Order: sequence, then C-alpha cells, then structure tokens
Amino acid sequence: MRFALSEDQVMLQDSLNRTLADVVPLDRVRKFADGGEAAAPDVWAQLAELGLPGLMIPEDRGGLGLGMLEAALAAEALGKAVAPTPFLGSSVLAPLALKLAGTDEQRARWLPKLAAGATTAGVAISEPIAGARDDAGVTAKDGRLSGKALFALDAAGADVLIVADRTGRLHLALMAEAAEPMSGIDATRRLTELTFKDTPAEPLASNQALDRLRDAAWIVLAADTLGAAQAMLDKAVAYAKERKQFGRTIGSFQAVKHLCAEMSAELEPARALVWYAAYAFDHAPDEAPLMAAHAKAHTSEIGRFIARTATEVHGGIGMTDLLGLHYWFKRIGQNRQLLGGPERVREIAARMQGLAA
Amino acid sequence: MDLTLTPELAAFRDEVRAFLDAHKAEHEGGAPKDPKAWQRLLIDHGYAARTIPREYGGFGAQPDILKSRIIAEEFIAANAPRGMSGQGISMLVPTLLEVGSEEQKTRWIPPTLSGEIIWCQGYSEPGAGSDLANLQTKAVEDGDDFLISGSKIWTSTAAQAQMMFCLVRTEPQKPKHEGISYILFPMDTPGIEVRPLKTMTGQAEFNEVFFTDVRVPQANVVGGRGRGWQVANTTLKHERGMLGDPNATEARLKALIELMKSETVDGQRIIDNPIFRDRLMQLQARVLSMKFNGLRTLTDDTAGLARLVVKLQGCELNHQLAALAIDALGELGILYHDGPHLRAKGRWQWNYMFDLGLIIGGGTAQIQKNIIAERGLGMPREPKTVEA
Repeated sequence: MRFALSEDQVMLQDSLNRTLADVVPLDRVRKFADGGEAAAPDVWAQLAELGLPGLMIPEDRGGLGLGMLEAALAAEALGKAVAPTPFLGSSVLAPLALKLAGTDEQRARWLPKLAAGATTAGVAISEPIAGARDDAGVTAKDGRLSGKALFALDAAGADVLIVADRTGRLHLALMAEAAEPMSGIDATRRLTELTFKDTPAEPLASNQALDRLRDAAWIVLAADTLGAAQAMLDKAVAYAKERKQFGRTIGSFQAVKHLCAEMSAELEPARALVWYAAYAFDHAPDEAPLMAAHAKAHTSEIGRFIARTATEVHGGIGMTDLLGLHYWFKRIGQNRQLLGGPERVREIAARMQGLAA
Repeated sequence: MDLTLTPELAAFRDEVRAFLDAHKAEHEGGAPKDPKAWQRLLIDHGYAARTIPREYGGFGAQPDILKSRIIAEEFIAANAPRGMSGQGISMLVPTLLEVGSEEQKTRWIPPTLSGEIIWCQGYSEPGAGSDLANLQTKAVEDGDDFLISGSKIWTSTAAQAQMMFCLVRTEPQKPKHEGISYILFPMDTPGIEVRPLKTMTGQAEFNEVFFTDVRVPQANVVGGRGRGWQVANTTLKHERGMLGDPNATEARLKALIELMKSETVDGQRIIDNPIFRDRLMQLQARVLSMKFNGLRTLTDDTAGLARLVVKLQGCELNHQLAALAIDALGELGILYHDGPHLRAKGRWQWNYMFDLGLIIGGGTAQIQKNIIAERGLGMPREPKTVEA
C-alpha cells in the first residue's frame, strides 16, 4: 500500500509545470483573457508535444492511455498556470464519453484526432447536472437536437460536440445552429451557449455514461482549483517574505503568517482527497461518485477561502489588474459554480448515501 | 498510488481478525476483563509495545506503519480495547529508548509496558505554557541529590501515577533553553502535593502538582544534565503524532450520522433537515480529507506539510463534529447530567468541552500555525523582544 505519486506521475507533473511556465506566462494569459480569442491553439499545440491532449486516450488510438489520477495531476498544473486550454472537454470528457458510449466507428473517427490535438471537442452537460436555468435544455428526436445548452465547455472553436439532452442521454453533433460566447468572470476559459434547431446528431449508446462524465468533470475541476489555490498560496507566501512594513517583512507578523498557515492547513488535506477521488475513479468505482462529489464541493470551499485570503495577504496590490492575481481568483470562482455549486453537489452526495430523498 | 494490500499485509490483517475473534470473551463490551492480563496478551502477540525491543519487555518487531495501522483499524472495527496507553507508554518509553541510559531503560520500560507503573508528565507551569522553556521549577544540588521546588499544572493522571517525568531548571544562570533537565521521580516522595484541577466539563481531567524540597537523586536525570529541552522535544514529537487519530474521527462521524438518522423533532428526522444535512456533508468531506491525508503521511516522502497540519486540523475537526451533534440535538443538546432525556450519556457535550482543551494543549492552535508557517512554508520568525 502506498498513498503517494509514482515516479512517472511526479515526472509528468514536473514536465507539465515547466512547459506551462514557458508556454503560458502571465502575458499570454492576459492576451487571451483580454483579447477575446476563442481558443489558444498555440498553447494547445505546444502541450500536444507532451501528449496532453491524448492523456486518457488509449495508446492504440494515438494517446498516452493514462488514468484519472494523471488527468487530475495535469488539471492541477493547468490550474496553477491558469492556462487557457480545452483539456476538460477535449481530453477528459469527450474521450470518456466515446469510451463509455461510443461505437467503434465513432472512436476510430475521433479519438486519434483528439489525441493529436489539432481537433478539439466541446462538451455540453450543464443542464442535467447543475440544473436547467432560463428554460435551457436540449431535447432529442429522430437523430436531431433542439433547444439550448448553456455553459458548454471548450465548445468555442471545437470540431465536434458531446451534448447531453434533458434526460441525460449523450449525443455527438458536428456543429450547433448557433454558438454564442458566455462572457464570465473567468476569462481564461471560454464558456458557450449552444442553440440547436433540428440539428443532426448521433446518439451515443449508453444511458449510464453521464454519471461517469459528471464524476470525471468534478474531479478535474477540483484538481484545477487545487492547482490555482496552490499558486495563490505560493504567491502570498513569497510576497509576505519580501514585502516590508514597520521595518519588518510582513511574513514575520503572526497576523500575516497565520493566514498563510491556515491556507496551507486547508489545502494540504484537500490534495489527498482529490488524489483519492481520482484514484477511486479508476480503481474503486463504487466509491468514486461520493469521493468526486466531496472533492468538488470541498475544494470549492477551501478554494474560496484561499482566493480571498491570498489576495488579502498581498494588500492593495493584490486587487490590481497589473499583478494579475485576479486571474487565479476568478478561475477558482468559476470552478466553484461550474457543474454545480457546493450546496447542490453536497445534496447529491447525501443522496448517494441514502441520507437524502 | 496503490491502495491494495500486499499478500503479506492481507495475511496480517486476517491474523489480527482471527486473534480478536479467538479472544472475544476477554474483551467483549469494549473493555478488558483483566487489564493487565489483556496487556500481556497483546504484547505477546505484537499488538501492543510492538516495536519495543524484547529485552525491555516489548514484542521486538521492526517498525511497520502499515501493520500498526491495520492493528488500529481492526481493533476499532471489533470494538476491542487497545493496549494500555497513557503518557508513560506513549511518551516516556520512546524517549528513554532514544536517550535513556541502559540502566534507565531496563529499570523503567518493562514495568511501564506491563501497566505496573503509571506515569504523569510534569511540563507546563502557571508561567510556562506555550513558552515552555520559561519553566521555573528549580532543582538545587544537595550532595548527590537535587532538591526540587516549584509547581506544575495540566498534569493528567497525577493522582493515579506512581512516577513523574519532569522538566526542572538545574542551571538558572544559563540561557533558558540550556538550563533545563529531564528527571524521573516517584510521586510518593515527601514534599509532593497533588491538587485536582476541575475543568469546565465538571470533572478533574488534570491536576496541579506542588513541590517543596523534593529530594531526587541526580542519577535520575535522563539524557544529561542541562539537555532537558532537547529530551523534551523528543517527547513532544511523540505527543503531536498522538493527538490527531483519523480512525477515531471517522468513528465519531459514524456516530454523528446515526444520531442524525435516529433523532426526530416534531416527528421529522434531523437528517431530513437540509441545513443540518449540508453541515454534515461539509464535515464528512473534512473527515475524508484528514483520513487520506493521514494515509499519505504514512507512505509519502513529500508529505512534510501534510504532517505538520494534522494536529491543528484534526483537533478542530473533532470539536466541530461534537458541535454539530449538540446542534442536531437542539434543546436536548443542553442536557448533560443523568436523566431520562440525556443522549449518549452526555458524551457529545463532554467532547465539545474537552476537545477545546485538546485544541489548546500539546501546542496551541496558534503555536501550530507558527510551526506550519515557519517550518513548512519557510516564513520568518517573529523578531525576539529583549528577554525579561
């Protein structure tokens, strides 16, 4: 028994962190966020050299064939770098949907292209998981989709869409009737409102796939928040060691150092929870839904605490656009609400255990 | 990450289970029929004093955290009493093993393990709590002996203990960390007075101990005269590891869930109230986090910070679990003394109060935060003020 990362997993995370530091410096994040680009294909292309797009895609389809723990580690690195990538939709959810519910023909057609990174997939599963807002929801009839899907992930510029209808059944569509950007607080990742009007789509086979997609998405969002929160804590600690007031580095004041200790005390155990949820997804499927739910809800809570506290440790400069700390703050804020805020997710967690009707 | 047990560990688990099953009659109901016989039996099988060498009365196994963990889990699952604990076994024995003389080890470890000698710890003083090195209980040379005068506080089991391991100031002229010695003496030595210290729980979990010219041989010093601070830190390391047991926390969560499923208000179960349910789920996530964090600290070399946060987070979490239980009980949560409406013999209320003491004791939450920030995050220490 060993509750620790393997050498390969540590190497994967190290090389991703290094590459991301080169490929997505703050200037690149800022350019993406402020420039209104639909996607950052240059970033994705360079990450493709490490095999990131095909991380979970089987080796015989051109991917790395790795598991959910590796995906969580990658997500953590991406959150740490607030990187604009279609990782969640294109590398985790769409390949998983095809694996669980696709035909062999669909897999052969899409997986190698997704693994190469030149083709990306968007995923619209918000309504059956987070609930329908503003009358959104997609209905399927005779191989055609109609209705609206809000908060579609990585759909801007995508070549193929995975769409859940109101009943939770998944469909594969090549395009929507219309795709409008949903401009949110977190400009490092694009969300899209998709409209379908008798749009042709192929139904995917299984009815059970959506629950697994939900668990995978919760784990990846939790890991992304973990990485973003770690980055904010690191920055706060570094700043507190440098900044002087009253003739002392502010990190020597207990009022400041205790804030950093509290952030660390919240973050470290959450890391173990995220790792376990990811491990369970592949190795203890009975436990995975509950662990994924708790990982998502709990990182949302500690993420919010760390986002505001790390900003506070920076003092006034933490609020400025120039410093850019807000990109992490907003990413954590967006992850919290995406695919269900913590209250909703905890209610689902209670239901999973028979503690709620 | 590989959370499956190796065949060796799986076999070990079966072995522990079979033992507990075979000896059910001796431990049924969660308490041993004969505590000393039970302790002997556990040591003989390696379920207590597991890694203490055989020549000192232990089982003599190599340290194996996973086997220790399996023992803990199986004993909890079977509701079987663990081996004796207490400050002698959990703190003095490891300290003697590290820094004691051969004579001290042979003389004190075997009767401590067998339960013949109960120890108490004389560390904190009225003027030396978090700033423990400021302790003032003095030991003045008198021939081959010391004469000890002063007082200690927060001394649990002082009323039952036959012996004390104690920090005293032997070199008052030296800087505060260098003038301390770690010394052992019997509690029936003339000049020792024990007064129970009643806490907010209504019970006296602690004592005050007063010393007036207590005569103790200099040979009873452990680890060298003036080296008491280093020796004490060996011991505190063992205490901090002891105060955050995730297995116990998990058992408490389980009891809380049962409570919320069985208690009703106006015929509605507490668990059916969405506000209470949400609070329960928040705490469940924390219990799971601490459980996996604990597993990680056992087997991950990169878990330095994960280890440093255990005391702070574990004690706080236990307190919050008790707090939710009391809130779930509502007005019934007020009750504390025997009566027809009292729940769980007042255990939740007692925990709620006593656990606050655990948040403070063994290094306060604030001291823990200093440790996390300074040792874990490398933040600068508070500048020293001029010593008083």
